[in-house]
Amino acid sequence: MGGAWWLFYKEVIRFFKVAFQTVLAPVITALLYLLVFSHVLEGRVRVFEDVPYTAFLIPGLMMMTIIQNAFANSSSSLIQSKVTGNIVFILIAPLSHLELFTAYVAAAMVRGVVVGGGVFLLAVWYVNVPIYSLAVILGFAVLGSAVLATLGVIAGIWAEKFDQLAAFQNFIIMPLSFLSGVFYSIQSLPPLWQTVSHLNPFFYLIDGFRYGFFGASDVPVVLSFAVTLLALLMLALLALWMLGHGYKLRQ
Amino acid sequence: MYSGPAVAIREVHKRYGDIHALKGVDFTIDQGEFFGLLGPNGAGKSTLINALAGLVRLDAGQMTVLGHDVVTGYRDSRRLLGVVPQELVYDPFFRVRETLRFQAGYFGLGREVETWIDELLDALNLADRATANMRALSGGMKRRVLIGQALVHKPPVVVLDEPTAGVDVELRQQLWGFIRRLHAEGHTIVLTTHYLEDAEELCDRIAIVDHGELVALDTKRDLLARGISRTLHVYSEQKAPKVPDKLRDKVKRIHDYCVELRLERDRDSIVEVLDALRDAGTRVCDLRVEDDDLEDVFVQLTGRSRQ
Ligand SMILES: Nc1ncnc2c1ncn2[C@@H]1O[C@H](COP(=O)(O)OP(=O)(O)O)[C@@H](O)[C@H]1O
Ligand SMILES: [Mg+2]
Repeated sequence: MGGAWWLFYKEVIRFFKVAFQTVLAPVITALLYLLVFSHVLEGRVRVFEDVPYTAFLIPGLMMMTIIQNAFANSSSSLIQSKVTGNIVFILIAPLSHLELFTAYVAAAMVRGVVVGGGVFLLAVWYVNVPIYSLAVILGFAVLGSAVLATLGVIAGIWAEKFDQLAAFQNFIIMPLSFLSGVFYSIQSLPPLWQTVSHLNPFFYLIDGFRYGFFGASDVPVVLSFAVTLLALLMLALLALWMLGHGYKLRQ
Repeated sequence: MYSGPAVAIREVHKRYGDIHALKGVDFTIDQGEFFGLLGPNGAGKSTLINALAGLVRLDAGQMTVLGHDVVTGYRDSRRLLGVVPQELVYDPFFRVRETLRFQAGYFGLGREVETWIDELLDALNLADRATANMRALSGGMKRRVLIGQALVHKPPVVVLDEPTAGVDVELRQQLWGFIRRLHAEGHTIVLTTHYLEDAEELCDRIAIVDHGELVALDTKRDLLARGISRTLHVYSEQKAPKVPDKLRDKVKRIHDYCVELRLERDRDSIVEVLDALRDAGTRVCDLRVEDDDLEDVFVQLTGRSRQ
């Protein structure tokens, strides 16, 4: 097995060791949102035709959970290694920047997808969710977790202290994921807010993902796919540049 | 088999902002050497070692490990190099054995490395702590795990940055025993240490760096012979022996019945010094001459004590 595989494996073991906090807790949180919002808003919010609000909510909550956990995994692992200093043992290994990137991103994607899958498995007990296209669902789950895992690598390298990372999470990741149409269809928003929502890259992740379940979406699924793929490419180039130049990692 | 130097350092420069941490350092370390890298705090020792390991990026110059450039040939140079960092770093998520296994994995090693990990755990006296979490280890144990991590891919060149800092005397002796064994088995050892006695005891050749420059590089014997002075211990019959004014500036210290004088090798005559003491009323009953040790040479070369 290659060195990158071992780094990937280490990163996966790392979050499974604290699965209570990294897997179970986010699944429970998503289910609490589901219970509360579906109870309060069922029948009050207009979403897609023929789709009950509770079913509509599930893909959004899944994607929000995927996004937040993929980001949390790569960013927290990197900042922790940097702050404790044990990152030197990864940096002195004969791993290329592409291998480092792949290992951190792939492990974070595993966490995102596992947690997202957990939300789905428990939610389908509660309400019936259709599956329109499994390929689209999986495609967006992979894309979404990859985009946020990459963003996590960037933030983890950039941040020097835990509170800088927390700021990144609280002021960028959280608002963008909450305002991306998890709880509503943006067609129910006033025109100005619809336009603003189109500038939020997370909106395309959730909209495309939702299409995989209902076969309906706010914007064409191809557009969502193109926007997120483009975001992934740009972020990956930035992360690879940082790793290749040892930005904030090698003095 | 490559027969060139284990480590070649060519005109390397490193700046951290305004600090010029390495100013054209240039030397080589032969295969199989036990090499000491000494210098006061902030001299640039860690910077040099970290550049070798790829943790620091040089502004100019070149470094190779067994002929492989540490930048362009980093995969090979890193496989051939084991580095024990100065800081006591560990990953609190993992146990001792896991830590070593993952580290071996990063070097692409498969199941065949497991027996070597067992041997390492034994040699480092960690076998009974193999399943302990890293957090639960004492400082000395963590230090030994660091050494294990550096050796897990069996590198022929091993660099230890202050491996005995904060380690008690007994463990220090144990570690040196282990490192001597590695050297006897053919590893090239490069060591920085705060304890000059250790360097004096262990190293064949010693480099002294100061302010980012190489100020001396010699075999231990020749370096010690450079000592330009020696110390004369004069024991007198009275407490607090009297010293004439003309010897004042040679006095290192006076304690109880003894006065220690620093004499320049070629200029000062022991006989004249003893005459002067007798004239001042000191009755000499015994004396001892001591050559400079590495500590004295170090102080003369760098102009400061290592503390
Ligand atoms: N990351 C860094 N940023 C700025 N200055 C540094 C950094 N690392 C080391 N230095 C400076 O470079 C010089 C050499 O440091 P170092 O190589 O750690 O010395 P030594 O290991 O010999 O004690 C010192 O002046 C130190 O303050
Ligand atoms: Mg140092």
